[in-house]
Amino acid sequence: MIDVKKALNLEVDRVYAKIKKDADVGGYHLNPDVQFAKDLVLGLLINEKRYGYWACPCRLASGIKNEDVDMICPCDYRDADLIEHEACYCALYVSSKIGAGKEAAEAIPDRRPPKEAREEAKKKNKRVRRLPSLPVWHCKVCGYLCAREQPPEICPICKAGKERFEVFA
Amino acid sequence: MNIIHVEGENKGKIMIYALSTCIWCRKTKQLLKDKKVAFDYCDVDLEEGADKEAAQKDIKKWNPSISFPTLVINNKEAVLGYQPEEIKEKLGL
Repeated sequence: MIDVKKALNLEVDRVYAKIKKDADVGGYHLNPDVQFAKDLVLGLLINEKRYGYWACPCRLASGIKNEDVDMICPCDYRDADLIEHEACYCALYVSSKIGAGKEAAEAIPDRRPPKEAREEAKKKNKRVRRLPSLPVWHCKVCGYLCAREQPPEICPICKAGKERFEVFA
Repeated sequence: MNIIHVEGENKGKIMIYALSTCIWCRKTKQLLKDKKVAFDYCDVDLEEGADKEAAQKDIKKWNPSISFPTLVINNKEAVLGYQPEEIKEKLGL
């Protein structure tokens, strides 16, 4: 018989190892409390099964990818929160200080605007003026910029998907 | 709405709006369990349709950005997020 719990734990370990490696390569840090981080990874896997994408485990997903794209892990708010609060909202990602175990991550306020404000911002973004040659695409996850007709399939820096890009200039 | 009651000492009507996947929500529930305080909670991500909408409407009254956990005390005040010191102070723990 298949041991479901064991299989799930193995999957959590596998995903944890992958995002840990990506974090190390990209200059990010996972929460040094490994159990805490793995519990969040389990939340991501549950949300992947429920919604089909990695909705932040600490935010309420709508189930509509297009509405939740800003909070797919790693979320659009991670880097700003790391600078201001030393951790992202769910505290999967932390600053180098917390990553080194010098301090513990604490709960922080949610930077994600309420639904109405997000919709308003989306409308505004559509009115951005383009330069005549090529649009500059901005990765909302890591800040990577590139000038080309379409954004890359996957961000070459942080591996975020193409839907995480916006026209920057 | 599926509201779950946790037995304990009565420190007033305590309602936690939570997410089943959220670690900070889990810590908030655990704090009250450790202190043996009675409370109710609802995991809003497990609700569907009209119940999910209703839960969000309730939370919005206390917390316009609808973040989790939102802990409502006696239908009078709320603690937003995992704030152990504030929770202990407000409940006299």
